[in-house]
This record gives sequence, structure tokens and C-alpha cells, in this order.
Amino acid sequence: MIYLDYNATTPLHPKVKEKIIDFLNDYGNPSSAHETGRKVKFMVEDARESVASFLNCRPDEIIFTASGSEANNTVIKSVGRCANSLCYSSAGKSHIISTVVEHPSVLNTLKCVENQNIDVTYVKVDAFGRVSASDVEKAIRPGVTSLISTMYANNEIGVIQPIEEISAIAQKYDIPFHTDAVQAIGKVPIDLKKLNVDYMSISGHKIYAPKGIGVLYKKKGTKALCPLINGGHQEFSFRAGTENTIGIVAIGEAFKQLKIEMDEEIIRIKKLRDKLEAGLFKTIPNIKLNGHPTERLPGTLNISFKNIEGESILLRLDLFGIAVSTGSACSSGSLEPSYVVSSLGVEPEIAHSSIRFSLGRENTEEEIDQTIEKVGEVVSFLRTMSPIK
Amino acid sequence: MDGVGWNYSDVVKEHFMRPKNILQVSEEEYKADGVGFVGSPACGDMMKIFIKVKEGRIIDLKWQTFGCASAIGSTSMLSEMVTRDGGMTLEEAIEITPEAIIKELGGLPANKIHCSVLGDKALRDAINDYYKKTGQTDKIPKTEAKIVCECLEVTDEDIRMEVLEGVKDFDTLQKRTKVGTSCGKCADNVKKILNDFVEQYYKCSIYTGEK
Ligand SMILES: Cc1ncc(COP(=O)(O)O)c(C=O)c1O
Repeated sequence: MIYLDYNATTPLHPKVKEKIIDFLNDYGNPSSAHETGRKVKFMVEDARESVASFLNCRPDEIIFTASGSEANNTVIKSVGRCANSLCYSSAGKSHIISTVVEHPSVLNTLKCVENQNIDVTYVKVDAFGRVSASDVEKAIRPGVTSLISTMYANNEIGVIQPIEEISAIAQKYDIPFHTDAVQAIGKVPIDLKKLNVDYMSISGHKIYAPKGIGVLYKKKGTKALCPLINGGHQEFSFRAGTENTIGIVAIGEAFKQLKIEMDEEIIRIKKLRDKLEAGLFKTIPNIKLNGHPTERLPGTLNISFKNIEGESILLRLDLFGIAVSTGSACSSGSLEPSYVVSSLGVEPEIAHSSIRFSLGRENTEEEIDQTIEKVGEVVSFLRTMSPIK
Repeated sequence: MDGVGWNYSDVVKEHFMRPKNILQVSEEEYKADGVGFVGSPACGDMMKIFIKVKEGRIIDLKWQTFGCASAIGSTSMLSEMVTRDGGMTLEEAIEITPEAIIKELGGLPANKIHCSVLGDKALRDAINDYYKKTGQTDKIPKTEAKIVCECLEVTDEDIRMEVLEGVKDFDTLQKRTKVGTSCGKCADNVKKILNDFVEQYYKCSIYTGEK
């Protein structure tokens, strides 16, 4: 199997797997005062420190959640919720600025709060999928805008947003800023001492830790959040529920490994991705890159193979043992193709023809060579059966 | 790969991997007696069917598609059903339903049914084209569509087509067709017609779960 779907999820890092296996007998509740509990508490805090050390922030700014989606929900649903929480507006009305290319865990959460006396502006992107910081600035309603939430990097096309510029604008108007960094972590260097964000969402399963563990970074001193889940005092009372200790220990280890491997991996993976991109463009005519040529995650390549449909490409590649994903409507079972690719202002057929290749730490050069060859075969076969020439 | 989680039957897989009766030569060279054409790439699928007719039978059928695995599998199957044993008569062929194709395929996942209707639609279009070209316009079946929403002139046939495209609930139907958005009197009747079609088209499918 040649796995080229790392933006969907990643396998466990071998060191993370080892860590989990070693941990499986440590069943203690971190809130217990006895040794069994204290031991696990220590490991949870060690994990917290490893996350903080990677991001260059304080451990007490790290809140473990059950997913990236939960981290996104927690921030957005805090807006205007209770008197002491984020951006409570005495005017009674709140306003959030976000973008049209956010992950569904942001978009659908915004849709949900739109019914609750909150206005949302969805800033559009350019033909490369980038948001302009000045468009964000223009959308600001002074005194009413309570949150700016823009993703760091897009999951489908890998485009990296001008986060520094947007955060500077948020700072200028004193508006809290959240970024969904789920796809960016481990793929672009992030230093929270330099980058000014108030809240940031992270997910374990995109960085070689298991599914079902996430992180919400909340800057010290920034406006409070309303917990999504009320209960005990876990996670500084931001997130109740006895901790997912296995997940926490695992994501802690994943961050330790990222710290060791990331710099080299970014270079190595970008080289493989560039090889794949160049190889496909060289051998297959009539294809189009979706996304930005350079401001893009090192491992992501989203291409439309004109005149043929994405799901049929995906499934033929699947039968050859190559795993990719597509923005065609047929693969999702919905009637609409990818809203992200569509947001680039292309014809709908471009979205229906799009394939995302996303590379990661287990990919090799030989795999890329094989992929170029197989994709070529699949595309030319499907094109012989296409009525559009 | 061992087919874990493969949502399609082995028959679909075979037809998808080795589709039968693809038009390999140019249209000029093939010289079809009738050509049918439905869908558009913008909607995610498009189908073109070419037939050769002799003594009232379809002796050859070739096709091309911009479509997903289900569209490819079901049209490949359709092409075999039509040309098998000397070919179907035009009267037989025009009666082929998506259900008949899906049955021969051993079922399709529920969310893929709408992809399988292009083949038979394009085939009917090709047969009608043949009738037109040979001056037999009297044989082109009149669709007996009944208007169910007077205000917006939506017919039961329109609803059937929407269901085949994947619409299953009234809200989506309304968004796409505007049915019942004016006086609203027809809503109950439309809901009933919608449910009947959903029942008819999605009952026969095998559902193996979403990925
Ligand atoms: C950009 C982005 N945000 C959020 C998420 C959700 O993360 P999780 O799967 O942990 O809920 C994902 C991944 O699916 C993602 O790609």
C-alpha cells in the first residue's frame, strides 16, 4: 500500500506506539492523590510540557481535548455565551470573522452559532486559495467583532494563510484571534512566542498520535472560554472529564518526536512532493494545480485531471494499492463537489476532477516513482473513455 | 488489496476495472445510428451512448463517460444487457430501468444509486435520436408527466429525476425545484410522491456503510 493521504490521518509514529504499549498498564486516575494516580498525573504533565516546549509556550496554556474539532467548537461556541467569557458583547450582538475555506468543524460550528444572535462574515479567498489580511480588516465591525478565526493551513489544498498579518490586524483592533492549526502542526515551524494567537487548535491523529486526542492552546491572560463540557476541574476547569490519559501520553510523545524530526522531514517531504508534482506535470497533459504554488504545506498536492471524474481515479488507484482522496461529489455521497476547490473560482468540473495527494513520514522516493507511473496509466485509461476530449 | 471496505459488489468491481464496449474509435469512424447524451461534467457526471440498429434490434452499443465508478460499472453492465443474444429490440431497450441494471450488478451502495441512472437515460436518448433520424418520430414515447405543483409547474417526472439524482428529503427537493414555495397547497401530495420514489429507488440497494 502506498499511503498518500496523510492529511486525512497518519499512522502512529513507532515511538508513539511503543509509548502507548508501555503505558497500557498505568490505569490510575490523574486526579487521585495516591501513587497510582500520581504516577499518571506526572506523565500527563510531562506530555503537557512536551507540547508546550514544541510550541514555545507555557504548559498551563495547553488544554487537552478529545479532538481538533472539539478545540474549534470550544472557541467558537464561547463567543457571547456567558458574561465572563470570550468577547461577551454588552451590545447583545456579536460578530465573528472567518473564511470560506475552513474545515467543517469550524464552518458548521459557525452555522450553528449564527442562529444565536451572532453574525458571521466569511472572507473569500483568491484564485490560489489565500485570504487577504486587508479583506479581514475590512470585515471588522469595531466594538462588535468578537473573534477572528482563520485556519493556518487548509486540509484540501494545503494553502498556508498569512497568519502573521491577520494576527497583527486582530491585535491592532484588540480582537481575540483563533487559528485552526490542525494541518499546519509539524509541517510549518510555529513559535508561539513570535506568533501572536490567542487560541489554537491541534489534532493528534495528523501528527502520528492516535485519533480522539486534541489540544487547545489558550494564551495566558486572554479572554476566558466557556467550557463545552462542564464537570470536574480537569484541564484547568476548561475541559471536564477524566483525562484520555493514553491519548495525552501519546500526543506528548508525538510532539517529542516532531521536535527531533520536523526540520529534516519538512525538507525531505517537500522534495518528494515536488518530485511528484513535477513528474505528474511532465508526464500527464491537461492538469491543473489547485492551491498556491509556494505558500503551501510541504506534503500537499491537489491536482485536477481535466475531463475525468475524481472518484473513478481514486478507486482505480485504490485497486492498485495507492491511497489518495478527491473533492468530487461522488466520493462524499453529497451532490456538491469540494467547496474548497470551488472557492478558487474554478468551474465545478475542476472540483469534480480533483485529487489530493498528501505525503508523510513513511513515504519513499520509490513510492513516488510508482505513483507517477500508476497515476499516468489510470488517467490515460479514463481519458480514453471520456466523451470530453 | 483484499477489498476490505470495498463498497461495491464483485460484479461492479469487474465492470469498473474492465469496462465493456467503450467507444475506442472516433465518432465519425463509428457511424452510429443513434447518439444519446445526458448530464454535464459540471454536475459531476456525463454519459454518451452510441447505438447501431438493424431490423429493430440494437446490434451494437458503445459508450463514453465522465463519471464515477458506479456510473462506469452500471453503464458497462447496461451495454452487455442490451447487446446480449443478438441484441434487444428497441421496444425492450427503451424499457430498461436503473433497478434492472442494479439487480444485475448485485446491488449498489445507497448513495451511489443516482450515479447509475445516466446510462439508461442516455440509452433512451440514443433510441429517440435513432427514431428521429429515421423519420419514426411517432415512436418517441411521450412522457406522461403530471403537474403536481401548479404554481411552479413541477411535474411528478421532475420529482422522479431529482430522486434519481440523490434527493431524498422535501427540503432539498424544494431548494432545487422550488416546488411548493408559492401557494404551498401541493406540499403534502409532493411529500407523498417523493417518499414513494425514494422507497422505489433506494430500497433495492445494499448499504454497506459510509467510509
Ligand atoms: C483543518 C482541520 N481542522 C480540524 C480537523 C478536525 O480534527 P479532528 O479529526 O481531530 O476532529 C481536521 C481534520 O480532520 C482538519 O484537517
